[in-house]
Amino acid sequence: MDGTTIENRIKESIQKNKGRILNVYFTAGYPKLDDTVQVIESLAREGVDLIELGIPYSDPLADGPTIQKSGEQSLKNGMTLETLFSQVKQARVTTDTPIILMGYFNQMLQYGPEKFLSSAADSGVDGFIIPDMPMYVYEEEYYTLFQKYNLSISFLVSPMTSEKRIKKAADLSSAFVYVVSQSSITGKSGEISPQQISYFEKIRNILGDHPSLIGFGIHDKSTYDLACTYADGAIIGSAFIRALNEEGDIPTLVHNFIKKIR
Amino acid sequence: MIESKVSYHPDQRGYYGNFGGAFIPEMLYANVEHLRKCYLEISHSTSFQEEFNSLLKDYVGRPSPLYHAKNLSKKYGATIYLKREDLNHTGAHKINNTIGQILLAQRIGKKRIIAETGAGQHGVATATVCALMGIECIVYMGEIDIERQAPNVARMKMLGAQVRPATSGSKTLKDATNEAIRDWINHAEDTHYIIGSAIGPHPYPDMVTRFQSIISEEIKSQLKEKTGSELPDYVVACVGGGSNAAGAFYHFLEDESVKLVLAEAAGKGIDSGHSAATSILGSEGIIHGCKTLLMQTEDGQIVEPYSLSAGLDYPGIGPLHAHLIKSGRATVYAATDDEAMHSVLEISKMEGIIPALESAHALSVLSQMNLREEDTVVMCLSGRGDKDLDTFVNYLEKKENG
Repeated sequence: MDGTTIENRIKESIQKNKGRILNVYFTAGYPKLDDTVQVIESLAREGVDLIELGIPYSDPLADGPTIQKSGEQSLKNGMTLETLFSQVKQARVTTDTPIILMGYFNQMLQYGPEKFLSSAADSGVDGFIIPDMPMYVYEEEYYTLFQKYNLSISFLVSPMTSEKRIKKAADLSSAFVYVVSQSSITGKSGEISPQQISYFEKIRNILGDHPSLIGFGIHDKSTYDLACTYADGAIIGSAFIRALNEEGDIPTLVHNFIKKIR
Repeated sequence: MIESKVSYHPDQRGYYGNFGGAFIPEMLYANVEHLRKCYLEISHSTSFQEEFNSLLKDYVGRPSPLYHAKNLSKKYGATIYLKREDLNHTGAHKINNTIGQILLAQRIGKKRIIAETGAGQHGVATATVCALMGIECIVYMGEIDIERQAPNVARMKMLGAQVRPATSGSKTLKDATNEAIRDWINHAEDTHYIIGSAIGPHPYPDMVTRFQSIISEEIKSQLKEKTGSELPDYVVACVGGGSNAAGAFYHFLEDESVKLVLAEAAGKGIDSGHSAATSILGSEGIIHGCKTLLMQTEDGQIVEPYSLSAGLDYPGIGPLHAHLIKSGRATVYAATDDEAMHSVLEISKMEGIIPALESAHALSVLSQMNLREEDTVVMCLSGRGDKDLDTFVNYLEKKENG
């Protein structure tokens, strides 16, 4: 199976800036329900390469306290999938930056897989990250649906992932391989250790030319630069959500944050 | 019509029919896959079996009695036996599983144990085996459950465990389980997660079921001794996640003449908005790593359940149970808080046994089952009621004050 045949905005954006890709994550409907569009537009204006939009979830197993709390707040704000899709549609009027939805598999199942993917594609979403969808389930049940709607998918690899499985993740990932920097949930903010560096080198050797981004624990310029040394770029989530919490208007907060990163 | 035989055991990928599997983030894959590959071989090995059986006998106090409850039998017009899991060391069936899993954890070289707990029975059972084996133990427990199950929190601490409050979401069992899973992601290399119910990613539901299956193994031989037949007409058990039910049913699954009955917690009533009757209110989805029936919104947000009983207010149900229900092998009834409290008092006064609030739900559904005089019913009395004394006292006071 060749997972790299999806020709969409994500692929273009990765090719354009391979080596320095900045993918910024935030939770849809946070801090306020209607902030989604403005945050997307601000990120696009600052020139980020990919925007990862988190679908708030009641039980986000892979997420640390920062993303958990933003999700809780967003749900309290009244966020639903219908609202999220309409916000993406609205943002698409002004921005062309690729948008990736990150959510949990139960959300896709309960909404109805085809309806979920078609609504996403229709609103202008380009791809997905669904950390608890097993690779075989994607391959056997959903691969053709993702193709049908021209949506990319990215699978995760972690320090405990075997070489065989890393190759499998690369085969199936039609956007990029999501390299989880350490065995942890999101939001850890320490320095990158020598063990992590050798893990990144191992992954790069196995992946060859296949695009990859490092995420989990990337929180400032130095960790972003380091990620760019060992992969095609980085994903920043919790640190950005913390920045959105500070005093000030959204465009300024976003501008100041991105300026500090690159 | 040709009927194909329904299997009640998981396939290679951990599915019971449509339910089960392993839906986990990649960071847990290596651990769960390793468990999947080795749990049967290790737990079937002679050295494991010898140590497991000897601890169940001399440490837990098994076999637990199968008691003919004559007064309840008279009242409900059938022959009722109580499987006395409440008489186990630590006061519930939970220890059967924790003994099995701690022996497994030792054999795969894990140095640190985590667990989730609702009522605290599984937490105590985990803290107990960790004390016995000298292994570090961390138990996640919802902040609300810490309040309503204070005696069990004290017991866990005495046994040397660290009790960490889960402060997210509904602050009960579901959230304690999320926190335990997050801890496992953060400590995947040295830690074994002892799940207390027949839930979670494959192989957990099967592993827990097998360690609990001692319950039905004993029921069979004890019933044979008492009645001449090893098969009752009914086996009844309460279900939250479903470990005592899984254990009480296991050796009867293929005996289709034995009717399997699950008692769910209806809380304040199934349609009250404060319920934990998962099989009725739930739909297919994924919770804590397995596909099963769970209570959720149209958007797939998991709904916070309610039951007065901390061991039953779980929004999901084990995948084996979902399969038993959907295939028609098991029947579900629900009992409200009030009905369960009534049963607590009834068992206490009629048989001199104070049951756990969870276990009392099983008695509450007998009156819905249209029992006949010739029926033999085995009810799993999964735990004792000491831990619930505060809840009982508060409830009775409220009733008295109107």
